[in-house]
Order: sequence, then C-alpha cells, then structure tokens
Amino acid sequence: MTYTQAVDAYFQEHRAKLIDIAAFFDRLDRAPGNKAPRHDDPRVAALRRCIALLNDGQPNRARRVLETLSDPTTAPTDQPGSPATGAYTPPNTPSSNANT
Amino acid sequence: MNYIDPHIHMVSRTTDDYRRMAMAGCVAVTEPAFWAGFDRSSPQGFHDYFRQLTDYEPRRAAAFGIRHYCWLCINPKEAQDMALAKDVIALIPQFLDEPNVLGIGEIGLNKNTKNELAVLEQQIALADQHNRLILVHTPHLEDKLKGTLLIIDAIKRNTRIDPARVLIDHVEEHTVAAVLDAGFWAGMTLYPDSKCTPQRAVDILETYGHHRLVMNSAGDWGPSDPLSVPHARLEMLTRGHTRDTVTQVTLHNPATFLGQCDKFRFDSATD
Ligand SMILES: [Zn+2]
Repeated sequence: MTYTQAVDAYFQEHRAKLIDIAAFFDRLDRAPGNKAPRHDDPRVAALRRCIALLNDGQPNRARRVLETLSDPTTAPTDQPGSPATGAYTPPNTPSSNANT
Repeated sequence: MNYIDPHIHMVSRTTDDYRRMAMAGCVAVTEPAFWAGFDRSSPQGFHDYFRQLTDYEPRRAAAFGIRHYCWLCINPKEAQDMALAKDVIALIPQFLDEPNVLGIGEIGLNKNTKNELAVLEQQIALADQHNRLILVHTPHLEDKLKGTLLIIDAIKRNTRIDPARVLIDHVEEHTVAAVLDAGFWAGMTLYPDSKCTPQRAVDILETYGHHRLVMNSAGDWGPSDPLSVPHARLEMLTRGHTRDTVTQVTLHNPATFLGQCDKFRFDSATD
C-alpha cells in the first residue's frame, strides 16, 4: 500500500476520530466544575501529553502514546489498588474534578 | 480461506456465533479459562467451568465443524485470593489428560500484585511439571507494560520453560518487542474499539514481521467481535498482502504453536 493509497483508505476515518477528540475537549470546557487546564483531571492531562507527541516529528507514535499512559513503576504491589482508568496516576494524586 | 482463533471465550458466545465463524472459515478455536464477569464463590464453580470447557463446548463447536480446544487455570483476576487459587490449582491435573486440553492458561497478571505473581509462579511450575504449553494474559490499559515485563521475568526465572512453548497474549505496540525478543510467541487480541484494532494489528505485523505472531478475537462477555480475525484478514488483503501471507499468519502460525501439543489437530478444506 503506497502513501497515497494509505491516505485514501484511512483519511476520512481518522479525520472523524480527530474531530471526536476536539469535541471531547469542548465538552469538558462546557462541563460544570471544569478547572482545566491548571487543575486538569490526571487522565485528561495525560491525553494532552499524548496529543503533544503526535506532532513532534518523531516515529513510533502509537508505542510512545501507550508508554505515556503506562505505569512506570516496576515492583509488584501489596494490594490491587483502584481499577485501571487507562492513564497511570500515582497513588494519592487528587482528581481535581472528582465529585463534580 | 481457513483460520484458527487461538483465544476466544466461546462460553460467552451464542451458537449463532459458532455458525458465523464456521461460515467465515474458522476450523479450530482454543478457549482459555478466564474470569466469568463475576467472582466464583468456591472451587466447585471452577470445577463446573472446567467440565463445560472440556465436555460441553467441544460438542457445541463440533456441530459446525470447528475443533474446540481449551486451557485451564485460575485466572489472574481471581488469583488475589491465594487460598481459593490453591484449591483451584489442585483441581487442574485431573482434567489435563482430557482430549481437548492443550495446556495452562490464561495465566498472568491483572493488577500486578504480589499475590497474583505468586499464583502465576505456581501455575508456571504446574505447566513445567506436566510439560504443557502455556497461554498468558497480560493486563490491559496502564498496567500492561509493567505487567508484561513482570510476567516475562517470572517465566524466565523457571529456566526449564522453553519460551517457544509460551504464547503471551494481548500484546500492543509498547509490549510486542519485549515478548518477541525474549523468544515467546506473541498474540494480538483484536477489539472493535477500546484496545488493539484490526488496523493496528496489521500495522504491528508490517513492523515486526510474521514470525511468532498470531491474532485472536477474545470474543469475551465485554464488547468484542468473534469475527475479528476474518476482519483483520480482510484488512491485510486490502493493503495488498498476499493470500499466502494471510494464511501464514491466521492459520499456519497458530497451528505451528498449538501443534507443539500433539493433541492439536484441525481439518482444513483448502489450506
Ligand atoms: Zn481471554
């Protein structure tokens, strides 16, 4: 599959996904209790870091997005802790928008 | 074109799904023991589940010409309770000689805890004692990278385990290299959204090649598609991969790994 064939095959799909992300941030802006960007929910802050690396000109974006969202610690834990959310948050990190 | 789905939870699928899979070319499935969507209250619940996997599901699949194989274990999500895990592990040997049991799985980690790791090590030892293949579950989301590395270390600590007899599933872009570099087989679990899509799986194939890589659908009780492997085959074909390559990845690769257990057979009409 050539570059042009790949653009032809996938552009519309990913255009739509990109607009979904833009609309998600607009939705957060409108939501009562929003304190972003200074006190973003840690998950949203992680998404902003991922978005920045999409356009940094470096390769392996999918791998680096996944690494950005990953738990960087290496030791097994004593207890299961809270359920996975999709973005690593250090223990005891307050979620600014919790309960709002 | 025939294919094998090496990781699909048929207990949570309808008989119509078997029909649709057979029509799409599925000739064999392997079903790992997993979490049922709720915690079982006793070892007896696992005993009944193992009977379902070794007796009932093979007959349900056979009605559509699909060979059904399975893997037995206590899954990592219920392995936090070490007393329960001990009782369930004690049940497994009585089922190991059933004709459709290929090995121990899907063992692994869920929340990367010390208890889960201890139960994982016990089940690696069980596979070693009985010389069985191993199928591994890796955590999803932010726990996957750490969990995958802990699992690789745990298996490597048992130096009698040949990595070529272990399939580590649910790899994504940030874990596939570590799995392949350590000599294991790697499985990409395809989901319609939320996790690895057929498009990304084909990206991974194009990046890492076809050696020791397989694809599966999970087909579990959550949002999933039991026809994900045919979906990925179509994705490969539309990108210009040859039919031989598609058959290599979706039929011959899983058959090579699974065929290390001499119970594994499949009937292939065309391939
Ligand atoms: Zn599974």
